[in-house]
Amino acid sequence: MASIIEIKGLTKRYASGFEALKGVDLNIEEGEIFALLGPNGAGKTTMISIICGIARASGGSVTVAGHDIVRDYRGARTAIGLVPQELHTDQFEQVIDTVRLSRGLFGLPRNDAYVEKILRDLSLWDKRNNRIIELSGGMKRRVMIAKALSHEPRVLFLDEPTAGVDVELRRDMWKLIGELRQTGVTIILTTHYIEEAEEMADRVGVINKGALMLVEEKTALMKKLGKKTLTVVLADPMKAVPAELAEWHVTLHADGHEMEYIFDTQAERTGVSSLLRKLGDLGIGYKDLNTKQSSLEDIFVSLVHQEKAV
Amino acid sequence: MSLQNFHAIASIYKFELHRFRRTWLTGLLVPVITTTLYFVVFGGAIGSRMTEVDGIAYGAFIVPGLIMMSMLTESIFNASFGIYMPKYSGTIYELLSAPISATETVIAYVGAAATKSLMVGTIIFLTAHLFVDIHVAHPFAMAGFMILIAISFCLFGFILGIWAQGFEQLQVIPLLVVTPLTFLGGAFYSVHMLADPWRTMTLFNPIVYLISGFRWTFFGRGDVGIEYSLAFVAAMLILCIAIIGWMFRTGYRLKK
Ligand SMILES: Nc1ncnc2c1ncn2[C@@H]1O[C@H](COP(=O)(O)OP(=O)(O)O)[C@@H](O)[C@H]1O
Ligand SMILES: [Mg+2]
Repeated sequence: MASIIEIKGLTKRYASGFEALKGVDLNIEEGEIFALLGPNGAGKTTMISIICGIARASGGSVTVAGHDIVRDYRGARTAIGLVPQELHTDQFEQVIDTVRLSRGLFGLPRNDAYVEKILRDLSLWDKRNNRIIELSGGMKRRVMIAKALSHEPRVLFLDEPTAGVDVELRRDMWKLIGELRQTGVTIILTTHYIEEAEEMADRVGVINKGALMLVEEKTALMKKLGKKTLTVVLADPMKAVPAELAEWHVTLHADGHEMEYIFDTQAERTGVSSLLRKLGDLGIGYKDLNTKQSSLEDIFVSLVHQEKAV
Repeated sequence: MSLQNFHAIASIYKFELHRFRRTWLTGLLVPVITTTLYFVVFGGAIGSRMTEVDGIAYGAFIVPGLIMMSMLTESIFNASFGIYMPKYSGTIYELLSAPISATETVIAYVGAAATKSLMVGTIIFLTAHLFVDIHVAHPFAMAGFMILIAISFCLFGFILGIWAQGFEQLQVIPLLVVTPLTFLGGAFYSVHMLADPWRTMTLFNPIVYLISGFRWTFFGRGDVGIEYSLAFVAAMLILCIAIIGWMFRTGYRLKK
C-alpha cells in the first residue's frame, strides 16, 4: 500500500507563541482508517487544519496524494473532504443547495444523482429542502458530512465525529465509516475516546502536547492500553514503599493512605493476587480495594514514562 | 493570478445571488422607496425653489448623486457581509479548504455583490424616470462608470469584511464615513455653489470625483474634469486589489 498522506517534521506555532505541533512525522496509507487519539488540546485539530488549508504550518511539509499542500494546493485539496469539529453551517440555506455549493467549490460539475445518493445514505433526502436552521444538531452534522462527501474525496477527515452526538447517530456514523472504507476512501478521525479508536480504526496514533507519541496497529495498541489501576486503601498510612514490594512498582498516594498498582488485564499473570498475598505476609492491613480502567490521561503518563525508560 | 476552477466561481456567484434573492422584496423595494422619498423632499420641496443647477433642472441634477449614494453603500454592505458572514458563522472553513485561488474567490464574491448593486443602481435610475425627464448624454460611459464603481466599492467592502471582527466594525465605515462623504460630495448640490474655503476643502473629498464623473456621463459636464474621476476610480481599483492580494498572501484574518 502506498502512503496517501506524508507528513514530515510538521510544526505549528500560533501567533500567541504557543507551540501546538512539535515536529510531527506521519504517513497515512491509502484505504485505511486511522484514528488520531489524544486529549483535548493535544493538537489534533491543528494538524487537520494545516493539512486541509485552514491554518498555515510553521515548518515541515505535507503531501496529499502526491501533491504538496502549499505548492500544489489544488491537487491536494481536491482529494480531501473535511468534517470539522464544530458545527458550522449556512443556517438559512436549504440542505441541498449547500451540498451542491460544496461540490462546485471543489471544481466538479453539478451531479444531481450523486448528491441524491449521498443525501439518501445520510437519511437527509426527506430534509433536502429544509433550511438548515430547522434541523437538529445531529442532522446538521450529517449535512456537514454530506458536504464533505459531495466532491467524491479520496481522503476524509472527521474531527471528533461523535463528540456530543447521541447514541443513534454515533452508531450510524460508525456504520457509515465502515461503508466508506469499503469504497476505498481513506479515513482519518480524531477522538479522545479509546473505545472509538478501538471500534473503528486499523491503526491508531497517540498524540499529546503536540507530539506524536506512538503509531501502532490497533490490536497491538489495545494490548498496551488494556491496563487497570488497583487502589488499596491502607488500614495504617505508610511513609515509604517497603522494599519487599519493589517488583510490583507500587506507588503511594493520599498521604500514604492509598497504594496504587497498575496491571495489565491481558497479561497471563496480573500480579494482583500475588501482591495481596505479599501484603498479608508483611502484615499490611487494608480497608478497601478497587480497580479502575486507566483513563487516557493515565495512559499518557505511562506512555511518557515508557519513552523515558527506553 | 490563477484561474481554472470555474465551477467554484459559478457556484459561489449563484449561491450569493440566491442569498440576495431570499430578501429580494426588501432588496428591491428599499431603493425604490428611498428614491421616491428623496424626490419628494429634494426634488419637490426644495427643487421647486431651486429650479436649475448649472443649467440642469434640479430634479434631474440629483439623479446621478442618488444612484451613486445607494450604489456605494450597497456595494460596501453586500461585499463586506458576503465574506464576513462565513467568517462569523465559521463556514469559511470550506472556502479555505477548497481548491480555489484568491483571484477566483474575489471574482466570485465581488462579482455577486457588484451584480446586486448594479441592479439597485438600475432600479433607482428607472424609478427616477417616473419623476423627472432625464436625457443621458453618454449612455455607454454611464453604464461603464456604474460597473467600475460597483466593482471598486465591492472590492473595498470585501477588504472591510475580511478586516472586521464584529458587526459594529462592519457598519462603521459605510455609515460614518461613506454616507457623510457622499452627502458632502455634491450629491445634492454642485461644488460650484459653495464659497471658499468649503469649496477647496470639498475637493479633498474623494466622493466628489465619483459623483462628478458620473454626472458628466449624464449631462456632459461635472464639478471636475472626467479625467480626474477616472484616475480616481483607477487608483482605488489598484489599491484595493493590492490590499486584497496582500491579505490572501499573508492569510490576514483568514487563516490561523
Ligand atoms: N488560534 C489559536 N491561537 C493560539 N492557540 C491555539 C489556537 N488554536 C488552538 N490553540 C491551542 O493549540 C493547542 C492545540 O489545539 P487543538 O489543535 O484544537 O487541540 P485538539 O484538537 O487536540 O483538542 C491547544 O492548547 C489550543 O489552546
Ligand atoms: Mg480538536
